[in-house]
Amino acid sequence: MELTVIWFILIAVLWTGYFVLEGFDFGVGMLLPILGKGRDELDTDNRRRVLLNTIGPHWDGNEVWVLTAGGATFAAFPHWYATLFSGFYLPLLLILVALIIRNMGFEYRHKRDDDQWRRNWDLCIIVGSFLPALLWGVAFANIVAGVPINADKEYTGNLFTLLNPLGLLGGVTTLLLFLTHGAVFVALKTSGEIREEARALAWKVGIAAAVVAVVFLVWVMMLTGNTGSWILAVLAAVALVVGLLMTRLGRDGLAFTGTAAAIALAVWALFTALFPDVMPSSTDPAWSLTHENAASTDLTLKIMTGAAVVFTPIVLAYTAWTYWIFRKRISTHHIPPAHEPREVGELEAEHVAAGEVGGAHRDR
Amino acid sequence: MDNLDLARWQFAITTVYHFLFVPITIGLSAIVAGYHTAWVRTRKPEYLRLTKWLGKLFTINFALGLVTGIVQEFQFGMNWSDYSRFVGDIFGAPLAFEALLAFFLESTFLGLWIFGWGRIPERLHAWTMWIVHIGTVLSAYFILAANSFMQNPVGYRFNPESGRAEMADFVAVLVNKVQLVTFPHVILSSYMTGGAVVVGVALWHYLRRGPIADRDREMYRKAVRVGAIVSLVASLGVVVTGDLQGKVMTEVQPMKMAAAEGLYHTEKSAPFSILTIGSLDGQNATRVIEVPGLLSFLGTGSFGGEVKGIRDVQADYQQRYAGNARTADKATNYVPNIPTTYWTFRLMMGVGFVSMALSALALWATRKGTTPPSGRWWRHVVIWSPLLPVFAISFGWIFTEVGRQPWIVFGEMTTANGVSPSVPAWSVLVSMAVYTLLYGALMVVEVKLFLKYTRVGAEPADTDTPAESGEDKPLVFAY
Repeated sequence: MELTVIWFILIAVLWTGYFVLEGFDFGVGMLLPILGKGRDELDTDNRRRVLLNTIGPHWDGNEVWVLTAGGATFAAFPHWYATLFSGFYLPLLLILVALIIRNMGFEYRHKRDDDQWRRNWDLCIIVGSFLPALLWGVAFANIVAGVPINADKEYTGNLFTLLNPLGLLGGVTTLLLFLTHGAVFVALKTSGEIREEARALAWKVGIAAAVVAVVFLVWVMMLTGNTGSWILAVLAAVALVVGLLMTRLGRDGLAFTGTAAAIALAVWALFTALFPDVMPSSTDPAWSLTHENAASTDLTLKIMTGAAVVFTPIVLAYTAWTYWIFRKRISTHHIPPAHEPREVGELEAEHVAAGEVGGAHRDR
Repeated sequence: MDNLDLARWQFAITTVYHFLFVPITIGLSAIVAGYHTAWVRTRKPEYLRLTKWLGKLFTINFALGLVTGIVQEFQFGMNWSDYSRFVGDIFGAPLAFEALLAFFLESTFLGLWIFGWGRIPERLHAWTMWIVHIGTVLSAYFILAANSFMQNPVGYRFNPESGRAEMADFVAVLVNKVQLVTFPHVILSSYMTGGAVVVGVALWHYLRRGPIADRDREMYRKAVRVGAIVSLVASLGVVVTGDLQGKVMTEVQPMKMAAAEGLYHTEKSAPFSILTIGSLDGQNATRVIEVPGLLSFLGTGSFGGEVKGIRDVQADYQQRYAGNARTADKATNYVPNIPTTYWTFRLMMGVGFVSMALSALALWATRKGTTPPSGRWWRHVVIWSPLLPVFAISFGWIFTEVGRQPWIVFGEMTTANGVSPSVPAWSVLVSMAVYTLLYGALMVVEVKLFLKYTRVGAEPADTDTPAESGEDKPLVFAY
């Protein structure tokens, strides 16, 4: 097989990994206001913390998939990287801002015990999960359907070129799929009330996701599909339906496998429909970026292939191990009380009481 | 401003900002890992307290380094698409390696470290922070290899058919002679920074007025010493590697060395001025304090060595590069901004040396058997000790990147030729405004949180956390 084809496949694999993994943590972020609504302030916070802790050790690693996809596209298909990133400038800016505020929310939310502080970061997490979940779908729908690209491989449209009906439908599709995937993940990783609510929600949102996804995939396949991509699209729909039925039956593990497979197969259907182009030009098919004219040299691709063959299994192994370490279900009673770190003045009082204070330090 | 100026400002702002957090991350992860291992080996509760305390400061800092790093990865394609097309075949590979080898390692193992309390065996837990550290160092290696290619392109061949630089020898890219001196310089300056952060935060507690347990004061005293020794030893290495860098730079980028001194005419035994008053345009510069022969020594290793002057290099470059659209700058001017290079070079070294002196001072003030010194100016030591190496590093980067101008890839492509042709200036302006406001706001939050946790200090720790917490017990650590 040609190296450029192998790298086309590998880029598809990286995006698959990204959407399957970060898909559920986007979902969990978006579910904060829904599943994280309790009887009172404390219950609400505990529920939200349960949700956040299901993805706590994982979201950062999940996000590296998109960085690797970006870096690998730069290395393997420089023209694809250059055209896509300079062309989809403003949506990418929004995605970056969203990822920034979301990640800061994960890291900083628990660092103070203050309701306003938490509410602000919660908003960052919710908005920061919602925007990329929507915009990645818009971006991919446009990539597959084609955008205006000139003979110099430059994108000639603007932001509103991307906000066409198919693009927006693609966005709603990823949004609903990730919401479903997130709810199924929460059902898998929690116990008690939250688990039951997550399962009920997964079913409801899942049906909407299935309908929208089918319409979107059929539309794309009618536009640019081939036999292979049609088969993959059908399999994606089947996997989603099976996953939803498994949620219904309370088989959380199988349900998660189902939604994960549905997302993976949908990504594969899109990439298969895209092949041999990487960014078709809607201006003139002769100006399309393909896996051949956008690629790096064989030497670069060989070096990269070597690295991918050696290191991808290692990455997968320790990632899987991490999921195994943190496999236990979490519930509200596992959440320790919120901790407001006390500054030294307060601690000293304790030391004085305990009688372990040395000679007072001379005053200035 | 056109989109070139805006894209350059955006790169400068986002990169300098990003790199405020990077050296702290690299340096502090090693010290946290060291304390964690020390605790596992000796079971001294102080070590666990310091591990957790410095670990919190580390994660507060890491969060911002991480999110601003994402922007860097996408920025080449967004603002510098012609550059990306030109160098992707070579420059993309280290970036992809960085993600695959380093980012996954850092992110996954930091997750394990943060959430691992009570959930993974203790020895393994200490190792996870070491692995985070290894990830940060690997990351630095690959991104510096990419940067070194821009400074001194090697291992490639220009393909006139595709109009781009193409890979000829990847190993040559990884062992670029600029890389071999830059990497240790950056890593050692990161250890210098990490050590200085520990000096600052621990010294604050050591000097603190009011009642404090003797054990605690002793713990902080030792932490100051650990930080100061790390910082001092690393800073000696920074000086040595910086000197080596100067020699390599004189060889591969003579313009940069000349610009560092504002040396307009080629000279033997070129002097080095510590202070210049008047203009730096070569007309009537008045060097106030001048060390004869020092520039020659820095550049060539001999006080009598010849250092090329700006005018001669300019004439040489004009002849070599002005005929080609890709390498001709707008005004075929190959001289960087001299005041910027001149002053940042001095500030880098000056601030770095002051930082070294502070570490030595902190070490001296925390000798065994002494009581905490009480002079008011100690407070300044506390405040400045972590910031000085950070600033020195920023000046160093501004010097080396501004000094490379007008090149984006030295001798191969000018910066003006690398910018995205299809991105309108207003888009770049919007993104620059967004990043600047967002980064500014996040800085305020970060610094407040960092100071708060600094004041909290090393909290008493529960040293006998069970290796595996029971099914229904609360988690030892949770978001």
